[in-house]
Amino acid sequence: MATVDHAHDHPPVAHQSSRVDSRLLGIYFFIASEVMLFGSFFSAYFFARVVVGGDGGWPPEGYELPVYLAFLNTVILVTSSFTMHWALQSVKRGNRSGLIAGLTLTFLLGLTFLLIQAREYTRLGFAPYDNAFGSTFYGLTGLHGAHVFVGLNLLLYALIRSTRGHFGPETEKHLGVELPGIYWHFVDVMWIVVYVTVYVI
Amino acid sequence: MRNPFRSEAEAFSFVLVCAGLFAVVAVAGVLFGGWVALVVFLVLAAGLAYYIKGAPKEAEHPVVAPVGGDRRCILVVANETVAGRALRGEVVRRAEGDVDVLVVCPALNSPLRHWASDEDGARALAHDRLEESLGALAAEGVEARGEVGDADPIQAMDDALRRFGADEIVISTHPPGRSNWLEKEIIARARERYDVPITHVVVDLEAERGPAP
Repeated sequence: MATVDHAHDHPPVAHQSSRVDSRLLGIYFFIASEVMLFGSFFSAYFFARVVVGGDGGWPPEGYELPVYLAFLNTVILVTSSFTMHWALQSVKRGNRSGLIAGLTLTFLLGLTFLLIQAREYTRLGFAPYDNAFGSTFYGLTGLHGAHVFVGLNLLLYALIRSTRGHFGPETEKHLGVELPGIYWHFVDVMWIVVYVTVYVI
Repeated sequence: MRNPFRSEAEAFSFVLVCAGLFAVVAVAGVLFGGWVALVVFLVLAAGLAYYIKGAPKEAEHPVVAPVGGDRRCILVVANETVAGRALRGEVVRRAEGDVDVLVVCPALNSPLRHWASDEDGARALAHDRLEESLGALAAEGVEARGEVGDADPIQAMDDALRRFGADEIVISTHPPGRSNWLEKEIIARARERYDVPITHVVVDLEAERGPAP
């Protein structure tokens, strides 16, 4: 007698064909949309640089960017990736104090980055409405700064939860740290690209 | 396509890779000027994009259950062609004697629905096709079991072979030109992957819709 395996004696199994947790999938889609958003800003930047900048040089004469200060900011942000990774490794090992210390350091490093960038804006000597260079510079770095701000909020939320005893070594119990961590690393990667394209080349 | 943000650990590694690569760009900029740095940047960015686009290799050694005793075990993998006459004839021909037949019908789905884990409809359709096929096999005296498998036929075979130690595998597809599985070289990949004989049966459903021979 031919039979088909049935499994209706209990609530139906939740099939997940993608084999990806829906929360992880959400952050993937979010990051994909962010890549497109940054891509549009980079397109505008390179368009302005090649077409508008032309042979006049880039940045235009009389404009100077604080390359070394931005490099310091790059070091700060990359360091924050290390502390973020440390935080997650700590929670996976059941080390709550490591988790809290890692998240706190990451948050403080991110905040320092943002404050330095705000200070840099006040001393640059040009504004977004001055010309195409100013528009694209503030557009790209400001877009990134906004992402750092969002990341700081996510980190603060995870930090508060961790001080209240949330999260644990099991995969399901530390997604609340893992997802902000993925986002934070994405923001880091974007800054590295922004720094090299805007400040270095 | 590789996802560099699959997990926090992989994202962290990606940050380090990017920092290393773009440090090279920065050094080129300092030593040789902006245009050289731009060229290095474009080359490295293209390399990074190529790395991300590259598909990860399938696991080298699938886990296969041991072959069960004297009874021959046949794994049949088919989707839309699962109820085809050509496949049925092949299974009936091979299923003489003491044979255990497991029919796996992968739940084909659209890519968007697959990634959104919305596969209830695909599983229901696959289940209906499977029921029809098993009914037809039973009518011809073949005792067969069936299950709905993963949308990826290789994954579906991996899953089935973990529990069902097959002596041989029969894979059914549409004819060349109409078969998505053939386009993805499923037969070749399966022959490379599994150490059991694999028979490929081509089912032309359009031709079979004509009068039965």
